[in-house]
Amino acid sequence: MNNNTPAKIYGLLARFDNPGALLAAAEKFRDAGYTKFDCHSPFPIHGMDDAMGLKRSPVGWIAGLCALIGGSGGFALQWWAHAVAYPLNISGKPYFSFQAYVPVTFALAVLGGAFGSLFGMLILNRLPRPHHALFNSDAFTKFSDDAFLISIDGTDKQFHPDKSRRLLEETGALAIETVQE
Amino acid sequence: MSITADTKRQSAPEEILVTGNQTFHSVSEAISRVVEAKTPRYWYLAISVTGAMTMLLLVSIGYLVWEGIGIWGLMIPVGWGFDITNFVFWVGIGHAGTLISAILFLMRQRWRTSINRFAEAMTLMAVMCALIFPGIHVGRIWVAYWLAPVPNQMGLWPNFRSPLLWDFFAVSTYFTASLLFWYVGLIPDLATLRDRTSKRVRKIILGVLSLGWRGGNRQWKHYELAYLILAGISTPLVLSVHSVVSTDFAVSIIPGWHTTIFPPYFVAGAIFSGFAMVLTLAILIRKIFELEDFITLRHLDRIAKIMLLTGMMVGYAYSIEFFMAWYSGNIYEAFTFINRATGPYSWAYWTMITCNVVVPQIFWSKKLRSSVPVLFIASILVNIGMWFERFVIIVSSLANDFLPANWAYYRPTIWEICTFVGSFGLFFTLFLLFVRFVPMIAMSEIKAVLPQANPHHHASEGSGHE
Repeated sequence: MNNNTPAKIYGLLARFDNPGALLAAAEKFRDAGYTKFDCHSPFPIHGMDDAMGLKRSPVGWIAGLCALIGGSGGFALQWWAHAVAYPLNISGKPYFSFQAYVPVTFALAVLGGAFGSLFGMLILNRLPRPHHALFNSDAFTKFSDDAFLISIDGTDKQFHPDKSRRLLEETGALAIETVQE
Repeated sequence: MSITADTKRQSAPEEILVTGNQTFHSVSEAISRVVEAKTPRYWYLAISVTGAMTMLLLVSIGYLVWEGIGIWGLMIPVGWGFDITNFVFWVGIGHAGTLISAILFLMRQRWRTSINRFAEAMTLMAVMCALIFPGIHVGRIWVAYWLAPVPNQMGLWPNFRSPLLWDFFAVSTYFTASLLFWYVGLIPDLATLRDRTSKRVRKIILGVLSLGWRGGNRQWKHYELAYLILAGISTPLVLSVHSVVSTDFAVSIIPGWHTTIFPPYFVAGAIFSGFAMVLTLAILIRKIFELEDFITLRHLDRIAKIMLLTGMMVGYAYSIEFFMAWYSGNIYEAFTFINRATGPYSWAYWTMITCNVVVPQIFWSKKLRSSVPVLFIASILVNIGMWFERFVIIVSSLANDFLPANWAYYRPTIWEICTFVGSFGLFFTLFLLFVRFVPMIAMSEIKAVLPQANPHHHASEGSGHE
């Protein structure tokens, strides 16, 4: 635990040379029992989910559910409009002609799925979030260019200002800094 | 045998997709530079021309609303002319963007990363241009919202059994899904621009648009799956949207429209025309913004090959239409097709055949596929040919239908031509705004396909940290 630190700190931030080094560091922290650390990179790194010990994202379930709602809602709307609210005889076609409802049902399922995956992703990522303690670090902002960074949250059970720093050094971090809250 | 195949598959990711020995940083530089540099003079020049064309569109629409669709050359029997031709033309162009961003993504065609961003932008802009035409051709534009199922005091509901309504849902869904897909792809790149700028206002705007992206793997995890799902649900749209557009015609009983080949035929045509427009834009972009390292000759070569394939599919559809007209024994159908090739609109028909069937044959030659000027001219000819395809289908079928007493010859008025020219103005104005303010190549995706992005790349060279 972070004892006798006067300024409130967010945690530690360390830079690594390349994706492979970041991946190796993530494995070290995962094995050391850390759960509140993150690996920041300009692009998703193959194999990082396993290296960090992350489970598969549930975005698919959210998108699937939204697609189901969109599709079934669309189908129900068409049935209700034609068979209940406004039965209109056009060339003797049946009011409930489900074959003709397919294109609109499909379109609304796709629409539901698209919104579901975008908003599912944003909710799970806690976005939008304009500010975060990590933005206090100038080194951090290089993540979107070419930096491979690991951030250790100070509230992690395993976190210790010195021990965590030492672990970072052992994993070959190029530069380590303490990030203020 | 299988071992060789496996080795091949493993070595495939090391294929050089961008040239010039790029580093992660040089990718950010080369692509961000375009939107961060001072606005070049030719950009103002270009947008003043396209802006004037857009004004022409607005004036044409304004006069149409004021006076009614009588200002167009439409009459009975030709009730659809330039309006629907332009609609189908623009929607079709959008399809290549979705194919590149969705289908090629699912097929792990990593070369797509250089062209997907601007191709998707092209999709959005083309669909915007497309949506104008059905919107304004209804005559009473102020009640166009009746297409949407809005509860109203008359207790009326739209007829969901009509292909015209399917079309409304298909195209508006297509636009929305493409917009979301495009925006999701943009988030990491907007964060890159945000982190590069030191100007306060710019940082705030980009900070809001990038939603506070931090590029942590906990975020990438959800992001990647969301992107994959968006690609997955956009994939059927490539096939479904233009299939639904084709039912506007195929469900009717007009000879030349009432055929089952229409959905696949329209989809192939859409992809063909869309890739032609992608090629036109890619050639301009790589030259003007010096992005030849990212959009390489290899990209142009592959686009040309797809055009060769889809062009032949379109040519096949043209011949099958003739075969079916004869084989069906239907005299109206047979007449329609003979009339297309020899009748009053034969000039349009042969323009279509020349541009869509003959011109793409030059892509058999590797040498011609590698020549940028040849590709540029061919792409424009294909765009022209595909516009005429829709014109031939729509107008020639309507002008000479069942009753010879009804026959007429449709000519567009100056207002239809102005609206059409104006739609190009809108398209290019939006595209110029896009290249000025948005990174036109997906930086995060390009970085991910560089050889050094592979976590095992450094280890294999023995420069790891262990």
